[in-house]
Parts: sequence; C-alpha cells; structure tokens
Amino acid sequence: MSLWQRHAILEKNSIILVIGILIVIAIGGLVEIVPLFYLKNTIEKVEGVRPYTPLELAGRDIYVREGCYLCHSQMIRPLRDEVERYGHYSLAVESMYDHPFQWGSERQGPDLARVGRKYSDDWHRDHLRNPRSVVPGSIMPDYGFLEQTDLDYSHIADNLKTQALLGVPYTADMIDHAAVDTVTQATNDSPDAADLQKRYPRAQVRDFDGNPSRVTEADALIAYLQMLGTQVDFKLYDDKANIR
Amino acid sequence: MANALAPQKTMTLGEGGLALAFAALALLSIVIAAKAFTPEYAFHAYLFTAGSIAAVFAIINRYYDRPAAPAPLTVDGKPNYNFGPVKFATIAAVFWGIAGFAVGLYIACELAYPLLNLDLPWTTFGRLRPLHTSAVIFAFGGNVLIATSFYVVQRTSRARIVGDLAPWFVVLGYNFFIVIAGTGYLLGITQGKEYAEPEWYADLWLTVVWVTYFLVFLGTIIRRTEPHIYVANWFYLAFILTIAVLHLGNNSAVPVSLFSSKSYIVWSGVQDAMVQWWYGHNAVGFFLTAGFLAMMYYFIPKRAERPVYSYRLSIIHFWALIFLYIWAGPHHLHYTALPDWAQTLGMTFSIMLWMPSWGGMINGIMTLSGAWDKLRTDPVLRMMVVSVAFYGMSTFEGPMMSVKIVNSLSHYTNWTIGHVHSGALGWVGYISFGAIYCLVPWLWNRRLYSLKLVNWHFWISTIGIVLYITSMWVAGILQGLMWRAYTTLGFLEYSFVETVEAMHPFYIIRALGGLLFLIGALIMAWNIWKTVTSAEVAEPASLALAPAE
Repeated sequence: MSLWQRHAILEKNSIILVIGILIVIAIGGLVEIVPLFYLKNTIEKVEGVRPYTPLELAGRDIYVREGCYLCHSQMIRPLRDEVERYGHYSLAVESMYDHPFQWGSERQGPDLARVGRKYSDDWHRDHLRNPRSVVPGSIMPDYGFLEQTDLDYSHIADNLKTQALLGVPYTADMIDHAAVDTVTQATNDSPDAADLQKRYPRAQVRDFDGNPSRVTEADALIAYLQMLGTQVDFKLYDDKANIR
Repeated sequence: MANALAPQKTMTLGEGGLALAFAALALLSIVIAAKAFTPEYAFHAYLFTAGSIAAVFAIINRYYDRPAAPAPLTVDGKPNYNFGPVKFATIAAVFWGIAGFAVGLYIACELAYPLLNLDLPWTTFGRLRPLHTSAVIFAFGGNVLIATSFYVVQRTSRARIVGDLAPWFVVLGYNFFIVIAGTGYLLGITQGKEYAEPEWYADLWLTVVWVTYFLVFLGTIIRRTEPHIYVANWFYLAFILTIAVLHLGNNSAVPVSLFSSKSYIVWSGVQDAMVQWWYGHNAVGFFLTAGFLAMMYYFIPKRAERPVYSYRLSIIHFWALIFLYIWAGPHHLHYTALPDWAQTLGMTFSIMLWMPSWGGMINGIMTLSGAWDKLRTDPVLRMMVVSVAFYGMSTFEGPMMSVKIVNSLSHYTNWTIGHVHSGALGWVGYISFGAIYCLVPWLWNRRLYSLKLVNWHFWISTIGIVLYITSMWVAGILQGLMWRAYTTLGFLEYSFVETVEAMHPFYIIRALGGLLFLIGALIMAWNIWKTVTSAEVAEPASLALAPAE
C-alpha cells in the first residue's frame, strides 16, 4: 500500500485528521517558545532594572491605549546606524517587566527605547500638544487632550496587584502606597520623594507637564517616556556575563 | 387545540438553554455596567446587555414562527442545505470590507496630512489603525471565511450543516465580537498587541463563538455522505483549529477586575514578543492563507469546471504548509533581543515555506488546464487566478524579506506595509471577491447582475494595488537606505524627521491606490445589491452548469 493510499485514512476519519493537524502545528511553536523561559540570556538579571513606578505604569497604560506602538518601536537593533542614532542596542532584560512587550514593528516615528532623559519635560509637553511646534516635519497626531485629562489612578493599586500576580516583584508595601506614590512622583519637591525612591531606585520625581496643580495623563506619559532605556548603566554592564 | 394531528411543538433543549444563557448574560452585564470602573467599559457592558436581550427575543420569536418538526436533513433524497447564515455572513463581509477599506484610506491620508487626526482622541492614527486592520482581516476576511466554509462544507459533504441555532450563533456572535472590538479601539480599549488588540472580555466571547464554530464545522464533516473529506475542508479545519490555539496562547491575560476593561498579558518582554509573532505570523498563515487556500481549492475548480490539478500536490501542499508556517514567526524579530538561534530557525523555515506556497499556487493556477480561454470571457475567474498569482508573488517576497540581511534594511520600514498589502489586497482581497461573485448568484438563485461591472472592479482595483505596492516598495527601500546613510565624514547623513518628510509623495500615491481599491469594492457592492434585489430566477443550481459560450 503506497503512502498516497495511506493518506486516505486521514481523509476518511475526521477525528484522526484533527489530531494529525494538532500534532503538526504544535511542534514549531513548542520548540521556539518553551526554551525562552529557561535560557540564561532571555531571563538574565541586570543591575538597575526595576518594576515601573505606579505613575510610570499609568503612563505605559496610556502609551498602550493610544496605540503608540503602531508607529514607534522600542527595540534598538545592534546595527551601526541604529546604535549611533538611538543608543546601546536593547537587552532582553530591559523589557522583562513589560506586560505586554511594546517592541513594535514599524517606525513611522523614531525608536523610543532610549528616549528617556534625551529631551526636557517642556519639550515633551509641547511635542505632545503639537508635534509640529518642535519638529516641523512631524506627522504625529496632536495629543493635547492628555494634559487636559486628569489621570484616573483610583484603581492603580489593582493594576500593581495584577502585575504582581504575573511575577512582577511588586511588594505589599509598593501596592499599599501605589496611589500615594502616583501623586508624589508628579509633585515638585515632595517630602515623600525619598520614600518613593527607596521603593523605586532612581525614580524621577517632579511635575512633568508644567502644571503642578493637577496630576494629568500627560504627567504619567512623560514620566514613562523619561525613564525609558535609562535603567541599565552601560558603563557597568558586562555583556559577557550571560553568555554560556 | 386546532389540530390534534399536528405534532406538538416543544422548545428544544438548545433553544431553552441558549435563551437562559443569554438571559443570565444580560443580568451579569447589567451588574458589570453598574459597577464598571470606566464609562467606556460600561458602554460595552450595555452593548452586551442589549445584544443578550435581543438574542432572547430572537430565539423565542423564532420558536413561535417555526414549524413544530425540526428542519429535515434531506428533501426528496437531496440534502436540505441551510444557507441562511451563509447569506448573512456574505453580506456582512461586503459591508465590513467597505468599512475597513474606507478606514484604511483615511489613515493613509492621515500619514500624508496629519491634520486629519482632528485633535480628537478617537480619530488619531493610533486608535484607527487597529480599527482598519481588524476590520479588513477579522471583519471582512472572517465573514468571508465563515460564509464560504459553511457553504463549502455543506456542499462537499452533501449534508445539512449541524445545529439549528448554532450556525446562527457563530455568524451573529462573531459579528457582535467585531462590534465590541471596533468600538473598543475608538474608545481606547486595547491590550496593545498587534492584530490581537481586543481586551479580555472580547477574547472570552470570541473563544465561545470559535469553539461553537469548530464543533459545527466538524459535526458537519462527520455528518457527510461522501466517503472522503474534500481538500478544501482540510484547510478550513486547520485554519479553525490553529486559530483557536493561537488565540488562547497569545491572549492569555489577567483582568485587573471583573469591572475593568484593563488586563495585563501573562507573558512579558522577549517571551511575549515570541508568543506575539508566533500568533501574528500564523494569523497570516492560517487565517489569511489556509482559510483562503480552501476557497481556492473549491471556487476555482468549480468556476473553471475542471478538477484540481494534482491530488498528490494538494496533500504535500497541505501538510508542508501547516507544518512549516508555525516556525516562521521569529522573522519578525530579526536582530532583536530574541536569541539568534530562534531568529535563524525563523528565517530557515520561512525560506522553506516558499516551496509549499508555490506548490499551492501551481496547483491553483494549473487547475485551469484546458480552460485557459475562460480567463478572457469570465472576469470572476480572472480575478481568482490573478489572486493566486499575487499569492505567488507575496510568498516569494516574504521568504526574501525573512533573510536577515534583507530584513536589516526592510524591517521597520514601509516595505513591510507594501508586502502585507500585496498579499492582503491582491491575494486575500481578490480570492474573496471572486468567491463572493460566485456565492451570491448561487445562494440567491439569481444571475449576476453585470459581468461588465466585475471587469471594471477588476481593472480599477488592480491599478490601485499596483500604485499601493510600488509606492510602498520605493518608500520602504528609500527609508531603509536613508536611515543607514553616512556622510563622507562618517556621520549619519539624515535626521529621522528628514526620512519622514521624504515619505510624503509616496504616502499620497499610496492613498490614491487605496482609493481606487475602495472604488472597486463599491462597484462590487452595487453589483451584489442589484443581483440580490433582481427578480430573475436562474435555472436550478443543482443542474450541471452550462459552459459560458
């Protein structure tokens, strides 16, 4: 009996066909995905990488909500021009707390993986309000409504709690202080700043959107943008440490 | 009372159970709406309430209107096909297609003229882009897939579709999912994964619909009166099964609360990236390829009145395609933080994928052996054959772009957009239009209103596709080269915004291409409308079709 005739078994038995399809489509995915959960260079730990502060996380949620990832990547490839344009190539560890990842697939706008601390807060506020006021050739939409919308952080602790459930190391202390920390980080000269920075080392604490009287969505988004790519100190980073 | 001989009418378990389930869902949705964290989520909860109540009324209404006995499986020895859900999905496909193309045209114009973002949150590119992709892939493509699969599986199995309410639940439930997803994007409800943007509750709803879809489809195959399962059904089955697996894997998320639309994806960082493109590339491979190949294997032989070119080739085509496709995801992640070995695997399998893809193309095109003259006289067949040619072109381009060195130039640029659209407009679009032009006359027992209009549709949209893909090729390669251009002194030659400004003329040409494609689809909609509303009844479809001349 030739192989062609044996194929008739699959053509005549729907359940066997279903099982056959399931086996055939399972292999590739399993081989490519499962090892990523235990290989050293995909689960490396690097000094300086910490979970997002509540304000940064709120900013990230706005970044996701507005679909920024559809035009901006957050993944610098180890190519000469990219490293010169954007900075050190991106490490896996730099997005280890990103649920979901925001590497993106298009660059209608520039990569943002290391945009943190590159521009002033004022620049970001003006740029969000009207991108063409600071970059005349820009095709980015205006996001002026962000600085006019108060940030809704009434459920921010729930957000942290959910992330903790997924393995992000948010402690009970962090979750308890989530709402307070949100306001603290967006306030100039806050007395609680040191306390916040104990929980989140090197967090930038100030009013981000130029309007100290309110905590707006622009505060959160700019806080997020200003920390992007700033956690790993590449003067100290050992790129051989995780090779084996 | 009136007639003691008539069989007593009782509510079936399906009717009663489904009505109760919807009543419970309506109640739950009201509670969620009352306690929702955001007004946007409350709006969706109210939509669920309204939809559930409408479903309960529809089920009860249908119960009172229907005859006491269930629909017979056969009439005079012939299968009693159930084409109602097929008709609905076919018309829905035309509607969503035009909506999706129109949104695509609008966001293409936004990229050329950013003022069109209108300073409103819900009209920004970032919110409209998922609306476009979901409308064309899942709303247009999905309805075409459901319509044709429900038609083809009944015809090739010579059996009535399984279930009384179930096929309607699949069609209506799926379109309700589309409404939830689409309105969600506009309101900023998204989980931020490309082509998998709908939030957790929409995903859950889709899971229920999809499992029902699978059971209905498989049940109909099991009910078949033909000994063999026809090749088109293998492809449909692989599409339905694999999409279910991908959907569950990629959308694993934990909602912040039952009362919040927000959820966080279980995976993170590099693992999430791999899961996402395992999903994303196989949404292309199984949603936009396997399912549409099933259409190729049914509608082209049917329209050309020739058997499929090679039975053995279709076996190889099927197994090789579904095995290799799954591996190709990492080519979306070349030079990223994904380990090199995974990137190399992705590239290798993408190149191998070229072979089954072209095997399938050959099988489709060579089916016309001995019927080539029909390309001259039948614009519907021509549309489908050209779609297979586009399939061949984009399945060559894809493996080429998956080569790492090519990808280092093409990735992140508009070249990718051009590549996607040669597949989407040329392959998926044209095979769908061809299938719709075949289906509507068959379903409504009418003659197609005008073949001349099909011809116009074909040529106008072909010019549109050519404008679209050539402008994006040039734009993408130009963009890639400008990003890596250096001056003689060794500095980067262009600032980023200079590369954005260079795109402007190509964005205008692209929008023009999109406009032509939309005009073509509008011509189709008019043609379909005139066909359905015409009174003329063609000769019974069960007779062998007479040759065109």
